[in-house]
Amino acid sequence: MAEFTLPANSKVKIGDTYKAPEGAKRIKTFKIYRWDPDKGGNPRLDTYEIDMDTCAPMVLDALIKIKNEIDTTLTFRRSCREGICGSCSMNIDGTNTLACLKPINEVDGEVHIYPLPHMPVIKDLVPDLSVPYAQLASVEPWLQTQTLPSPTEERRQSPDERAKLDGLWECVLCFCCTTSCPSYWWNGDRYLGPAVLLQAYRWIADSRDEFTGERLDALEDPFRLYRCHTIMNCTKTCPKSLNPAKAIAEIKKLMVLRQ
Amino acid sequence: MAGKTMQSMRNPLARVRGLGSAKEGVHHWWAQRLTAIALVPLTIWFVISIAGLAGVDHAGAVAWIGSAPVAVLLVLLIAAVYWHAQLGVQVVIEDYVHNEAVKLTALIALKFAAIALGVASIFAVLRLAFGG
Repeated sequence: MAEFTLPANSKVKIGDTYKAPEGAKRIKTFKIYRWDPDKGGNPRLDTYEIDMDTCAPMVLDALIKIKNEIDTTLTFRRSCREGICGSCSMNIDGTNTLACLKPINEVDGEVHIYPLPHMPVIKDLVPDLSVPYAQLASVEPWLQTQTLPSPTEERRQSPDERAKLDGLWECVLCFCCTTSCPSYWWNGDRYLGPAVLLQAYRWIADSRDEFTGERLDALEDPFRLYRCHTIMNCTKTCPKSLNPAKAIAEIKKLMVLRQ
Repeated sequence: MAGKTMQSMRNPLARVRGLGSAKEGVHHWWAQRLTAIALVPLTIWFVISIAGLAGVDHAGAVAWIGSAPVAVLLVLLIAAVYWHAQLGVQVVIEDYVHNEAVKLTALIALKFAAIALGVASIFAVLRLAFGG
């Protein structure tokens, strides 16, 4: 059956507290999920008090400040710090988003930070995304054609055809949407999830691709595609304001259209 | 969550590709929409008609069900309701029941129950319609 409570070894305990320095005036409290595979045991929630007068505005800035100045053991993924690499996806204040795009002052009170939900945890805020990555590979997210490429010319596309890819190509594969989807939580081993289905549609919608039918064949499955029950968490949570639910609906429309 | 990473040594892509696509699902999805569309007018008609029967005695109700257009609409309503319901419950079972044996048993029981109840309901209407 679907799991509605955390297994005993995943129950989060109260952890350590790191006080703000003396004289700090604007203090913001961060409660951060910690789990260390080398130590084992249950995960814990550590409390860090940050002096906002010495911290830059985004949640990622606070995490970097903690790692640099307070607790070097805190582990998280980050790279570009400007919302284009998709590395720092995590659950902040109850919503999946990119830490680099989330202003601290948008959170009232304590800032709770957890890894992306319902994924195995590698360490602290780093989830194991190997299954979603494999699911991405399974939809073969690259241009496929029978026509050989011309040595002297690009594969041409009209402005209208190119416009069909807007809202799709911008996805940074942070998997905020996939890990916010209850259907993915219950059936993530077989359901591809919103991020991967949006990527699949990005190639289905590409006028230059010649394998649309094969792509639809591979998706037509009660679990791979049709586990989407239009819950819409994906669209609500997307830090890039994309609409994976619409991309999935477009795939379902094409499935009917080719009957 | 924690420590669940290494349950299988099969590589993730092999697990994800699994048994391949069922190449099926669109008919289920389409049938669910079709029956939903059919149920909108049928349900409105049914609710209004039942409200209109308030105060009618048993003989009056039997006569109402027995009239040809009513009997036809009732049979359509029953067929659409059971078809739609079993499609929906099937999805719920597939979503939440992960033990394959339990899932299969539940799905078989569901289909049999929907057909049995649907046929019994339609038979009841026809019996009244044909004056049994």
